[in-house]
Amino acid sequence: MSTVNFTFDGKQYSGEKGESLASALLRNGVLHFTDSSYKDRPRGVMGLWVEETNALVNIDSGAGEPMKPATTVELVEGLVARSAQGVGDLPDTRDNSRYDKANRHVDVLVVGAGTSGLAAAKKFSDQGKSVIVMDDKPAAGGHLVYLGQSVPTELLAVLERENVTYLPRTTVQGLYDQGFSVATERRTDHLDANVHTEMSRIRTWHIRAEHTVLATGAFQRHLVFANNDRPGIMLSHAAATYVSSGANPFRTAVVVTIDNQGYRDAIRLHNAGVYVAAVVDIRKKVSKSSKKSSRKAIKKLGIRLIKGATVIDTQANLDGLLNSVTIGDAKSDLQETIKADLLAVSGGWTPIVHLATFIGIKPTWSAKRAAFIVKHKDSLTSTTGMLAGEFGDDDEAEVFFGPKLSTDQALVAFVDYQRDATYRDFKRAIDAGMRSIEHVKRYTAIGTAHDQGKTSGTVTMGLIGQAIGKAPDEIGSLTFRPPYISIPFAALAGRDRGLLSDPERTTPIHAWHVASGAPMEDVGQWKRPWYFPKSGENMHAAVLRECAAVRQDVGVMDASTLGKIDIQGKDAGQFLDLIYTNMFSTLKVGMSRYGLMCGIDGMVFDDGVTTRISENHWLMTTTTGGAAKVLDWLEEWLQTEWPHLEVYCTSVTEEISTVAIVGPKSRELMSRLAPSLDVTNESFAFMENKHAEVAGVPARIARISFSGELAYEINVPASYGLHIWESVMSKGADLNITPYGTESMHVLRAEKGFVIVGQETDGTQTPQDLDMDWIVSKKKEDFIGKRSFSRADTARQGRHQLVGILADDGSYVIPEGAYLVAGADANTPPPVKHIGYITSSYDSAALGRSFALALVANGLARKGEKIAIPMADRVVTGVITDSVFVDKENTRRDG
Amino acid sequence: MLHIPCPYCGPRDETEFHYGSEAHVAYPENSGNLTDEEWAKFVFIRSNPKGWMAERWVHSAGCRRWFNVWRNTINHQFGPSYKPFSQQPKSPA
Repeated sequence: MSTVNFTFDGKQYSGEKGESLASALLRNGVLHFTDSSYKDRPRGVMGLWVEETNALVNIDSGAGEPMKPATTVELVEGLVARSAQGVGDLPDTRDNSRYDKANRHVDVLVVGAGTSGLAAAKKFSDQGKSVIVMDDKPAAGGHLVYLGQSVPTELLAVLERENVTYLPRTTVQGLYDQGFSVATERRTDHLDANVHTEMSRIRTWHIRAEHTVLATGAFQRHLVFANNDRPGIMLSHAAATYVSSGANPFRTAVVVTIDNQGYRDAIRLHNAGVYVAAVVDIRKKVSKSSKKSSRKAIKKLGIRLIKGATVIDTQANLDGLLNSVTIGDAKSDLQETIKADLLAVSGGWTPIVHLATFIGIKPTWSAKRAAFIVKHKDSLTSTTGMLAGEFGDDDEAEVFFGPKLSTDQALVAFVDYQRDATYRDFKRAIDAGMRSIEHVKRYTAIGTAHDQGKTSGTVTMGLIGQAIGKAPDEIGSLTFRPPYISIPFAALAGRDRGLLSDPERTTPIHAWHVASGAPMEDVGQWKRPWYFPKSGENMHAAVLRECAAVRQDVGVMDASTLGKIDIQGKDAGQFLDLIYTNMFSTLKVGMSRYGLMCGIDGMVFDDGVTTRISENHWLMTTTTGGAAKVLDWLEEWLQTEWPHLEVYCTSVTEEISTVAIVGPKSRELMSRLAPSLDVTNESFAFMENKHAEVAGVPARIARISFSGELAYEINVPASYGLHIWESVMSKGADLNITPYGTESMHVLRAEKGFVIVGQETDGTQTPQDLDMDWIVSKKKEDFIGKRSFSRADTARQGRHQLVGILADDGSYVIPEGAYLVAGADANTPPPVKHIGYITSSYDSAALGRSFALALVANGLARKGEKIAIPMADRVVTGVITDSVFVDKENTRRDG
Repeated sequence: MLHIPCPYCGPRDETEFHYGSEAHVAYPENSGNLTDEEWAKFVFIRSNPKGWMAERWVHSAGCRRWFNVWRNTINHQFGPSYKPFSQQPKSPA
């Protein structure tokens, strides 16, 4: 052991490298660690490890971490910690540590490297299995380490075997179905700051094991009596362990116990030089077999035994530290007060059942051991050691959780220290009729703090049982959820941070957009330019300018992100007829058609334009966000319903770059870009496709319009995308060529009443609801969704239908999502009937005012009806209109 | 995370797959002749058993193929997986 210096609450101390911060502070005589969360009561360290309820600290050195139990912080040179009064604070500096992940498939995962876990590891290793042993402590051996005893070498040697991997400081956080576990390995916090720059701080392990052995051991738990929370009151195993290692600020101890552990700890305290004034045992008798090691053993040391009694109250000195303990026989008024600065509490063992309950294994109550245990063995999971109820001679504990309390005592008898929840709080839950631990938990907040009820869970179950005269297992069962202890988000993220957290998809023209200063909009994983501001222009001004340019001159948009699926095979036309609501098999080669696809429930699922490239070759476009979903959908029908159709689908989204030039001057621009192409309406009609050289590059040009304007979509191999874009910009310079982004695209299409799947729809709209009955084939015998259109609910009157909305105040843009109510004006008294909601809403350059699209009950029959839109600060009035605002006659698309 | 046996690729992590609901619910050939009740049964009603269930999954991030597999809805154990239109193995129960 070497000595290291550390800082706690601004004061310098020294301790032994590798001991816990809690141990080091006790070594320095610090008993009052912090105050309690809500009641400001002085608190000291209670436990040994993650069961610690009081001594939470914020770590400010190294990577920093809030709310760590001081019992789990290994002391290193330069450690800086602050006490946390139930609330942590995140460090405000960036965490530059590395975090990573690893996967492992093994035959056997052993959780816990105590003697039981090591024995299990040996057994499976002997059988030639690959074994991984994970243990959350710095050293193997479990309780033997605390007891200062050496671990049998034949067990320790197992960890060195070739088929055994041992990971210390590794907490199995979750156990899931099929032998899957997630663990976090703390790799650097215990090292000096200057040696570990290249190593990840925490590694998250994903383990798949054919079999998992749970050898998780047990915590000790407390008893509920008046003033059971003072500094100086500790779990007996913790107190004896600290004191035996020389971290001993105590002079006189009282030990209170329900089992034989209290005796063993009394002896350890005595041997370490603490005067043990009394062992107070709730049990009148102990078994003959254990008498020698318990009662006779302390008698030999001259330690006084008080049988059939317990602690009922404690007193403190002016500093709030324990200075005496009141002992009582629970059944009589006889009381005695004993001076002591340490009260070591052995309230029984609580096996660590968490991982077992994660996979639905229910712990059973053992009255003999006063504990919930898990004895389990199946092909995937087995338990061993204390978890399985193997307690040694502690299996004669008395089922006892605390003495009867007066009303005043109940106010200061703590069930859950971290939540400052008292017996009084608990009793109020019982008196209000709560019987289940889940109800009591929610009524009192017991078990909801940082420790998630590691010690208070069983205590609460026991108290409920005690209060209503039932055994703890008749109350219910303990249920825990992962993670076992808190995990920094950084550990779960691993290296998937920043750009690596989710792939970013960009088009070949992306760099141009970025250079032009366009802010980006996220569409799925795609980055799309939102609008292209000129200097000093805000979004509103930019969008109005872009839209006006498209309707008056010519605009250009990067449409490369549209999902594109190449569909080939002799039955492709037949297949598309089944997928789309309208007819495709009759489409002529070289033509495109807009299509709508529905689910079997008849609800609109996706839309897009599909082009017949040749007899048996089609190119489908999907919404930008829907491409993967649509491809899965096509494959599902082809593979599981219609395998007789010869159709092959391939995603080609990334292969093709699409530049759309849009507006009355697009014909002039198109002829400049492709001099060989006859761009007249007669030879290149709407929805037609032509192959030609554009700016020296072979291209497929489609006359498709998503704005109602004359438009050409230039499709080229992706690598030519930027070249085409730049050519468009230079050739169109004198035509006021105006790049526009997704916002203007949305405004332009909404002016024409074109829907966006996902904006006008939410999976509950039929084509008819969208006023698109024209796209539903009446000729086709069947297509996906057809039968559902005549279902009673889809055919009924009163469904929400797509309409336009004009606010009476044309300068007001109604927020999207706003509710519409029937009735003419703001003065209609409540209750008012909600009849629909706004799906799209913009200011329009073409209209010189605002407009909106909405879904309104029976809306198609209500055009002209006045509506009101209640907003937080005012009631806006308006009128229901047709959903097409610009060029109802479709005169503009041909230029 | 489930470990799902793709009949083409072998066992892989759940994140590579998408779920496709109950297997062997065939699309009716004569949908136009079905009553509303019969059609609703096809669209909305699934057996949702407690225990072994034959399901469809697609290996989206792998071979992109749909397949059927037995899964126990109580403990998420997987039984045999099999290709569409092949002989269904017996329920593991």
